[in-house]
Amino acid sequence: MEYKQYVIGVIVSNVSGVLSRVSGMFTRRGFNIDCLTVGETESAGFSRITVAFHGDNDIRDKILKQLEKLHDVKEVEVLDPNDTVIRELLLIKIRNSPATRQDIMTAVEIFRSKIVDYSPTALICELTGETSKIDAFIELMKPYGIMEMCRTGIVAIERGDNCLKTIKVK
Amino acid sequence: MRITGAKIVVETLIEQGCETVFGFPGGQVIDLFDELYLSSDRIKHILTAHEQGAAHAADGFARATGKVGVCIATSGPGATNLVTGIATAYLDSVPVVAITGNVPCSLIGRDSFQEVDILGVTMPVTKHNFIVKDIRELADTLRAAFKIAKSGRPGPVLIDIPKDVQTAKWDFEPRPDPVRPYPLTFASENKLRRAAELINTAEKPYIYFGGGIVAGKASKELLALADKIDAPLGSSLMGLSAVPFDCPRFLGMNGRHGHYASFAAQTEADLVIALGVRFSDRSAFDGDSRPRIIHIDIDNAELDKNVTADLSIEGDIKDALYRLTPMLGERRHPEWSARIEELRDEERRKYDLADRGRGSIDGKLSPHDIIGVISSLASEDDIIVTDVGQHQMWTAQLYPLSKPRTFLTSGGLGTMGYGMGAAIGASAATGRRAVLFTGDGSFGMDLNELATSVAQGTPLVVVIMNNGVLGMVRQIQTQLYDKHYSATTLGRQTDFVKVAEAFGAKGGRAANTDELRALAEEAFAYGGTFVIDCAVDCDEIVQSPLSDDMGSR
Repeated sequence: MEYKQYVIGVIVSNVSGVLSRVSGMFTRRGFNIDCLTVGETESAGFSRITVAFHGDNDIRDKILKQLEKLHDVKEVEVLDPNDTVIRELLLIKIRNSPATRQDIMTAVEIFRSKIVDYSPTALICELTGETSKIDAFIELMKPYGIMEMCRTGIVAIERGDNCLKTIKVK
Repeated sequence: MRITGAKIVVETLIEQGCETVFGFPGGQVIDLFDELYLSSDRIKHILTAHEQGAAHAADGFARATGKVGVCIATSGPGATNLVTGIATAYLDSVPVVAITGNVPCSLIGRDSFQEVDILGVTMPVTKHNFIVKDIRELADTLRAAFKIAKSGRPGPVLIDIPKDVQTAKWDFEPRPDPVRPYPLTFASENKLRRAAELINTAEKPYIYFGGGIVAGKASKELLALADKIDAPLGSSLMGLSAVPFDCPRFLGMNGRHGHYASFAAQTEADLVIALGVRFSDRSAFDGDSRPRIIHIDIDNAELDKNVTADLSIEGDIKDALYRLTPMLGERRHPEWSARIEELRDEERRKYDLADRGRGSIDGKLSPHDIIGVISSLASEDDIIVTDVGQHQMWTAQLYPLSKPRTFLTSGGLGTMGYGMGAAIGASAATGRRAVLFTGDGSFGMDLNELATSVAQGTPLVVVIMNNGVLGMVRQIQTQLYDKHYSATTLGRQTDFVKVAEAFGAKGGRAANTDELRALAEEAFAYGGTFVIDCAVDCDEIVQSPLSDDMGSR
């Protein structure tokens, strides 16, 4: 079976401990998470978790079924990569020096990144995009000296009027 | 009516139909116990010797009746002592509500005295758990706990209640009825039709059923299906008691320590109809050349989890069988039936599983003799309970059970020390006698609960298969570890008769069937707790139809 990355959207009750329940399920059953993000939704009672993981169909189905079993999980859906907007945010601090500054500026412009902090010795760039774009930018910055960086992990939402709604009430 | 949180807990328990709770008091549940004291005419509290005993008692209560069992413990060590009992209930899908006290909200997270994050600890072994920090949510959270525990595939739910929530006051309106479970899932008509096609064309069908038949009250439907399609039946450990032991179609338990004929029939079948089972690794379904499998279960997550079936159907088992059977043609398989009889003969020749008449050897009793004598005196309404180990498998293989919910055993978790608590809980729930088969190893883990059974006047016959060793592990050491009996020879000097007497129970020792029969007659007539210490040879082994390496996984 084909081994690939899946991205799933999970609507959960906005209660304490829910992240622990969801991530704990992955750990307990030996599934690996590539990345996980969580945040508020349009309705106050619910949060939305986006999880990316690698696996085959079989692993994917097992993960979906185990998630659906959790009391606080209200909706789970595999997002079709061809029909989904996937974004990640990167903040990266690069060494600032007169010799490299212009090259960095050029890269920032081409990648539609933004410089959000500037000092004589360091500058911080902000970049959003798909994972591959973020990876490419980081690769490009390596020679200039990456001082520190952090990335959010992906958030994802389906195109068109398909929505992951919290209609199903357990 | 504005009342304290502690009173809300007691009133909600009563509202939910709970008449008996098991527990042990402590600093953070004093308020709750105060309310239990004040309401003792409406709800009975049974004090156990140890919180683990209370958790197993709630489990035994639930298994014997199908109702939700309730246990209560204080924070910290009280709560952690429940954990093995909760995990036992979780692995065997038993509806239990566990209530723990905790330190006041203001002290949570400060490593306060007897504080433990029991929510975090029990997350992996509960169906769901709650901490109630707001008294306004207390009653409804308790109701939700009952609802979750008994819905779909049942399981344990824990509620952690800080002390200040127990002392705070809020409005309480009792509901007229206990909460109802969430609506059941019903099998899809299409899938049932596909199942019918597979069954109608099978020549060698084999029905493999589990605890879902007991929990789903589907014994009648199961037998109707088997009769209509002329199929033999085999069960998992958890399925035992769902059909009578002497049912002609029943080949006995399948799996690692199952009956040979049951295992062989499964491997030779062309279609396995798996009903209310989860294909645990103790079952024997990992061969390459396996038959086609239809799997029906209430828990969607069990479908295709351990074994990938050819057809997986999610749904209530009773309903599924009720609708499936009329879709099937009346079938007869003379060749297959003849083959089954051959396998049964082979089992009788190869294994002495059913050999009851071997007599005692060197002043010892065989497990078969013990079960033979006890079952001849016990009533079919007695609740048969086991601990974990060789005695458990002998009981599972040989005891002639005849009614659902009369066999209580820790299947999934395999908890030594389960038996005493479970027996006490089951008897408290039903008013009936319990018979506990245990070993000297297991009994060493739960004999403290003799204190409880004596205090409660529990009608309980404890049968110890005393071989002086931890027999199940020793048996594996014999077969696969060059007889390196590491830590399995007990070398103890425990006198279980004196132990029984010290706790206020009666006791006696048997070395042959005559002595056993005389003692058992006395025990069954006694009406209280009676311990029979049976001498068993340490080299008795539990037969396995599987090869050694497969059998010792």
